[in-house]
Amino acid sequence: MDAETHFEESETKNGFIGEQWKALIRRIAEGEIGSLPVLLGLILIAIIFQLANDNFLTPLNLTNLMVQIASTGTIAVGVVLVLLLGEIDLSIGWVSGFTAGIMAVLSVKQQQPAWIALGAAIAAGAGIGLLQGWWIAKLKVASFIVTLAGFLLWNGALLYILGQTGTINLNDPVIIAISNTNLPVWFGWVLGVGAMLVFAYTQVRERSRRAKAGIRFSSMPATIGKIILISAVVLLIVFLLNLNRNPRQGEPIQGIPSAMLIFLAFVIIFDLLTRKTAWGRYVFAVGGNAEAARRAGINVDRIRISVFILGSTLAACGGILAGSRLFAVNQSSGGGPELLNAIAAAVIGGTSLFGGRGNTWSALLGILVIGSISNGMNLLALESSIRFMVTGAVLLVAVTLDAYARSRREVSGR
Amino acid sequence: MPKDGPILEVKHVSKRFGAVQALEDVDFEVYLDEVVGLVGDNGAGKSTLIKVISGVYQPDSGEYYFEGEPVAVGNPKDANALGIETVYQDLALCDNLDVVGNLYLGKEKTQRLIPRVIEVMEEIDMEAEARRVTADLHINIPSLRARVAALSGGQRQSVAVARAVMWNSKIVILDEPTAALGVEQTKQVKDLICRLREQGLGVVVISHNLADVFDISDRIIVLRLGRRVATFNTMETNPDQVVAAITGAKLAEGEDVYHQRAGANS
Repeated sequence: MDAETHFEESETKNGFIGEQWKALIRRIAEGEIGSLPVLLGLILIAIIFQLANDNFLTPLNLTNLMVQIASTGTIAVGVVLVLLLGEIDLSIGWVSGFTAGIMAVLSVKQQQPAWIALGAAIAAGAGIGLLQGWWIAKLKVASFIVTLAGFLLWNGALLYILGQTGTINLNDPVIIAISNTNLPVWFGWVLGVGAMLVFAYTQVRERSRRAKAGIRFSSMPATIGKIILISAVVLLIVFLLNLNRNPRQGEPIQGIPSAMLIFLAFVIIFDLLTRKTAWGRYVFAVGGNAEAARRAGINVDRIRISVFILGSTLAACGGILAGSRLFAVNQSSGGGPELLNAIAAAVIGGTSLFGGRGNTWSALLGILVIGSISNGMNLLALESSIRFMVTGAVLLVAVTLDAYARSRREVSGR
Repeated sequence: MPKDGPILEVKHVSKRFGAVQALEDVDFEVYLDEVVGLVGDNGAGKSTLIKVISGVYQPDSGEYYFEGEPVAVGNPKDANALGIETVYQDLALCDNLDVVGNLYLGKEKTQRLIPRVIEVMEEIDMEAEARRVTADLHINIPSLRARVAALSGGQRQSVAVARAVMWNSKIVILDEPTAALGVEQTKQVKDLICRLREQGLGVVVISHNLADVFDISDRIIVLRLGRRVATFNTMETNPDQVVAAITGAKLAEGEDVYHQRAGANS
């Protein structure tokens, strides 16, 4: 008891910076490096490209970047969930293409309203996830193999439903609007300030409830520091996105891009679901020690299947975002580098390949790294050959860090 | 020390795996407020016996009484429902979850936003109660929010024990609780076991380490080749007698072991 109370006091007296710093040092020593390397990497990338081409950090380029990464990032959120289980889903790319193909065929060829086309695409994603997840959980076939089969299967299915057409150009205004709308300036501010207030309220309430329950709570400066820091970041982003980014005269281009907002919403929703709900706890438990989870009475199969359903559903959402952004679905939709980029993003962002460690924010951070490299090299007019090689090297570094962190945890006997 | 009748009693338990008679006509009993050491050589049937008690194995024959009433224990859940918890050597902890997460794993306190779909965990309630439980047991861990991976072996064992006893358990069975621990950590765990007895639980400890068994137990039950060959009051015996019973050099309950073995062989 003495040791525990002593520990708590020393932690709360140091204030916000001290607390975070000590926690950080402890985590690194224990091999819990998480998203730290990718944050440093992002800053480095931004500095390098800004020095090489001063268009990189302009509001126009950054919003373009956000819209470019939204679809693959959304798929990466699903990949994070699957990786948390300690599994892999290789089919996501073609699932996104196939489901977007369903949407395109229903909307353009069958002249169905947007909500039917979108609903069918999302339902198809969920159905594919159910099938693959059931196969993995109940028939005990490795997810690597099942989803590799899915990779071929859904690629074939996409070609099949597109038939002779090859490319379907989308014309439904609702579907087009999904990725190609800038939200009104006032709406951005309402959203930003609203998010800030909700965040501040939950932080303060959490603190007072913890104090009342007699358990450790962060000091007032630490709570306020956290609120100010997050608020400043949110408001800065809203401010930048609300600037007129049209470099020429004429209609101003401003406001939060819809695709970015949708992607961020997925990141936040799934972050809350994984951290705050019993379901999320079980996902981590299964990824950490499936046998222990089973003995604790958790229905491991149900958790596995639910995660594969969500993974494929998010892939479908990513496919819709991509189709909407490009105004078209074609035979290679979902089959390009997006496929591996989504998996790479989750790992680069700090979610472990070994299961049980990570969070959905790593999808955002990882895809920002990949997107920034791609975008920055485009600005420098470099060939995609170089782009691929650099992205590959970054992925290698990320996976190596993951393996290193894992061995650190084992070496420290923990 | 024991009071009234045993809380748990199994009688005439036999269990055969193919050609191996793992248990033969074994009786076993546990009282509240006591620590029973269950000892025996490898293959003596200790693990089989606790797996019968905890519902993992079904015996070929035998009777099971709880609080004096005959009960049917068909699976581990039945045993848990009676208040019998087992901590196996692997501890069954999720290294990537924190202490609170492990203590409540599978039994989270939740607020049902959408029942069975979205159930938000009551982290604050869980942490406050976890704090009480660990304080009651004098478990010393750096933080309830530390991941279990970051704890020492003794602390991990303590977390596994706390998880077993925090749901109104009456009997806790510990399989080799000190096997992989250093001196200081072994002491922590032994103190914890004594505290469980103070709280009125019946504790069964399987151990190879006789010194530990003598330190903490009230009674020592010896299995040998699937039979219960001896029972000692810890206060009234010494390690030599127990070792003799384990190895079969001499049967403590009067009989000569060579005589019995000759009988079994003929």
